[in-house]
Amino acid sequence: MIEINDDLCKGCDICIEFCPLNVFLKSDTLNRKGYYVPVIAEEDLCVGCRLCELLCPEFAIIITNE
Amino acid sequence: MGEYRHRLMDYVREEIMPHRFCVGCGCGTVLNAFVNAVEEIGLEPTKMVCVSGIGCSSWIPSPYFRSDTLHTTHGRPIAFATGVKIMRPDLTVVVIAGDGDVSGIGGNHLIHAARRNIDLSVFMVNNMIYGMTGGQVAPTTPSGTKTSTTPHRNIEPAFKVADLVMTAGATYVARWTTYHVFPLMESMQNAMTRKGFSFIEIISQCPDNYGRRIGKPTANDFLKQFRDDAIRINKTEGMSEEQLDKRIVIGKLCDRERPEYVTQLHEIIREQVAAVKREKTK
Repeated sequence: MIEINDDLCKGCDICIEFCPLNVFLKSDTLNRKGYYVPVIAEEDLCVGCRLCELLCPEFAIIITNE
Repeated sequence: MGEYRHRLMDYVREEIMPHRFCVGCGCGTVLNAFVNAVEEIGLEPTKMVCVSGIGCSSWIPSPYFRSDTLHTTHGRPIAFATGVKIMRPDLTVVVIAGDGDVSGIGGNHLIHAARRNIDLSVFMVNNMIYGMTGGQVAPTTPSGTKTSTTPHRNIEPAFKVADLVMTAGATYVARWTTYHVFPLMESMQNAMTRKGFSFIEIISQCPDNYGRRIGKPTANDFLKQFRDDAIRINKTEGMSEEQLDKRIVIGKLCDRERPEYVTQLHEIIREQVAAVKREKTK
């Protein structure tokens, strides 16, 4: 499953752009620091390729095998 | 904070996260790949020394990576790392620094460390600009681009650092971008496990101080360009130099064996010590 750590995210949108299956969506809610964090739109689509986890510069995405 | 903790937080100084890099900076991705590589080969951070110089990318190991780190003067990380390696050959010494640091100001240290084949892993984050000081032109800035010190256009050709290091005699040279994270991770593992001078050039993005001036204000603009421009080294056969200048040649550029400097130095020291001891017992 996917977990986004809102406190670490800086809203660079790399995960939204480069997810091969478009799992993420841009949200309109701000986090504590004032960045628009992504939300998980369709978690069922995720195949766990971990590209988002590795591309994320902030260690904000966690993929766990469940 | 979510209910799950990132599995790599043991390797990162969690207390100072989130890090101070700009939004979408490639340095964060390099830190992520580096930490993954260290975890994958099972290296203990206590058995490592990370050396960095001055610049944005020098912040990757120091303070964010949880090992002993040396944050040195501008352009001298390889000189300091050489000293560490000679005194403590049992430690894995990694240099993570920027293009201005390693190829600009410390260019000679880089060439001679490669020539001597000292057992270091040098990861050069090439963001094509002096990012921390305000976007001045660097030796790696592509010609024709606007920076804060070349407001019309840059007339200097860019430095191909990986090719230079390969010619100077390094045993392992590779070039990747921040988009190619999986091969970058693998390459980092190879570089840290093998003996000899290994060098990885990581083409990275600087959306704030470089992208802003060339019409690429977000990290995604850069990553898309890296994805489209990158070409594997084994597919470049028959291409002219002009065609290749517009592309980013990625992949393992060389992998060879050469005698290593520190082992040979310690051999000489052992021989000489033994000779002196023999002399005394006579």
